[in-house]
Amino acid sequence: MAGPTGAQRRIKSISYARFGYIFILPFFIVYFVFQLWPLINTFILSFYGNGNPSEKNLTSNEDFVGMANYSTLLSGGDARNLKMQHEEFLNAFKTTIILWFGNFIPQIVLSLSLAVWFTDARLKIAGKGFFKVVMYLPNIITAASVSVLFMSLCSDNGAVNQILGSMGLGPVDFLKGTAASRGTVMFIQTWLWFGNTMIMLMSGIMGISPSLFEAAEIDGATSTQTFWKITIPLLSPIMAYTLVTSMIGGLQMFDIPFLYHTGTEINKDIQTIAVYIFQRYKNKNGAQFGYAGAASVLLFIVTLILGSITFYINRDVDEIAKKKQRKKLIKDAKAKSKQFGGLSI
Amino acid sequence: MSKNNMKNTYGGAADNYSKKLKTKSWILFAWMVFLTIVCLLPIYILLINSTRSSVEIQNGFSLIPSGSFGENFTTLTTSSQFKSSINMAYGYKNSAIITICATILTVFFSALTAYGIYVYDFKLKGIAHTIILIVMMVPVQVTGAGFLSFMIDLKLHNTFWPLILPAVAAPAVYYFMNSYMKSSFPLEIVEAARIDGSGEFGTFVKIAIPMMKPAIAVQAIFAFIQNWNNLYTPQMILLSVGVEKKTLPMMMASLTASDKIDYGVVYMAITLSVVPIIVAYVFLSKFIIAGVALGGVKE
Repeated sequence: MAGPTGAQRRIKSISYARFGYIFILPFFIVYFVFQLWPLINTFILSFYGNGNPSEKNLTSNEDFVGMANYSTLLSGGDARNLKMQHEEFLNAFKTTIILWFGNFIPQIVLSLSLAVWFTDARLKIAGKGFFKVVMYLPNIITAASVSVLFMSLCSDNGAVNQILGSMGLGPVDFLKGTAASRGTVMFIQTWLWFGNTMIMLMSGIMGISPSLFEAAEIDGATSTQTFWKITIPLLSPIMAYTLVTSMIGGLQMFDIPFLYHTGTEINKDIQTIAVYIFQRYKNKNGAQFGYAGAASVLLFIVTLILGSITFYINRDVDEIAKKKQRKKLIKDAKAKSKQFGGLSI
Repeated sequence: MSKNNMKNTYGGAADNYSKKLKTKSWILFAWMVFLTIVCLLPIYILLINSTRSSVEIQNGFSLIPSGSFGENFTTLTTSSQFKSSINMAYGYKNSAIITICATILTVFFSALTAYGIYVYDFKLKGIAHTIILIVMMVPVQVTGAGFLSFMIDLKLHNTFWPLILPAVAAPAVYYFMNSYMKSSFPLEIVEAARIDGSGEFGTFVKIAIPMMKPAIAVQAIFAFIQNWNNLYTPQMILLSVGVEKKTLPMMMASLTASDKIDYGVVYMAITLSVVPIIVAYVFLSKFIIAGVALGGVKE
């Protein structure tokens, strides 16, 4: 082969590094202005007071209060309104956890079993493609519309109660009853998300080498054995990833709990932490940016912990092992070269 | 091995086994039909109820369409009760403006950023990549309070800018584009383009973007759906706007606020908001499902 041409050599000698900076600049400018600064601003707001009733002066709260907002949220106070704030925050946190558990457990059972059946080559289920498309459908529909739809279906005289009535069962207050409203929100969340989780788990299962399943079949393993001894252990990184991303998603649960009610009052039984924060800074009786900020920071800390778990799960194990090996090789080589009188290799 | 042969060798065992599998397949098929009904029934009732009058809806449950479609539509568009909070034409227009602008910004700048980090060697390359991945974890609910108060300071609340411009920095889309380039964009192409005298930005627009079309298409679809369905940010930023500036999900939100609900009209409004996206899904479902599966594969 001929050596590089003149043009090639000339191009090789030019540094293109500045283009790298130019190309990533817009992303980082927008990121700093619209994400990083708001995040810092949230931290700052969390140390300031809450009084500013008119929209004109929404952010004119100049009174520095230190950690007062945090202590109010976490432990309440003597005054009645502080106690109420604390209780509402705690209640929102508890509700978020309850709603998350109630939608994650049925969702993972449903998605995992469907994913296993869809990927089992021995089973001949007709119309697999169609089922997948239908089961993913709820996920793309506007959550706001879904919430209003279920609100209408589950109202006192809605379709669900009419069906129950025709079976001779009494009307259930799906909108205001504690257990019933929570159950409905869990159902809606599962309905929205199980198709998505199923497809993600399916792609995980299809990533497992088929020869393992074949070997198990030849060895006479039942499908239950195959599931517990092959699918689950090999799928565990993806399962863990799904779990943590679902937890982070669960902390942000907003559209459904925010809209699943009639009238102007939000149902306290399904008030999640995201709804709580939103209501603080979009309060008709004056925005409470202090509480909103403090609650956001607490939410941020929880997300950060969960996020670092995802990061840890997602890290490239092979790559890290290789790096370690490389380091060890270099170390060994250096030690050897010292033995031979410090000659460089 | 032919079937007959197998029968001779294993006797009834193989027959029994395949029979068992067949039964299992049928039971599972029935279960999936049931799930399909659960998935589609609410949507079906929605469509049916949009054709029934409020009185009919209150009186009983039905799976057969009635004749009040036009009446519901007229009430929704002309009644004074809904005029101040819902106007579907404005809803479609505003949602479309925000969604289209945000989607274009997201895919273009994510591709540009991924290209910048993948193709060029510069000092801060590794750090930039890591920062973007960390950013991916911070949800909008956390920055909301600071975002809104900052936008009020800039007097940008009640405008579309805070809903469109942040789309430039979409870390998850960047991450996808970056993995895509790693697997299917050889760097030699860039060098060849340079020899042919192509400018750096020209190479990106004329060569890289066409080569990344599959990734861009998938991400554009997802960005579109996400922005179209977004309630949180518009509800937060558009503090006090008239109906002519509201997005579609915001109009849906206003439906729950009234105490006296005309259900026929409510179902009508929901139908009008979900039908376009369901129709689009029917045509794009293959793309979308393949895209979800790609997102789930860990490298």
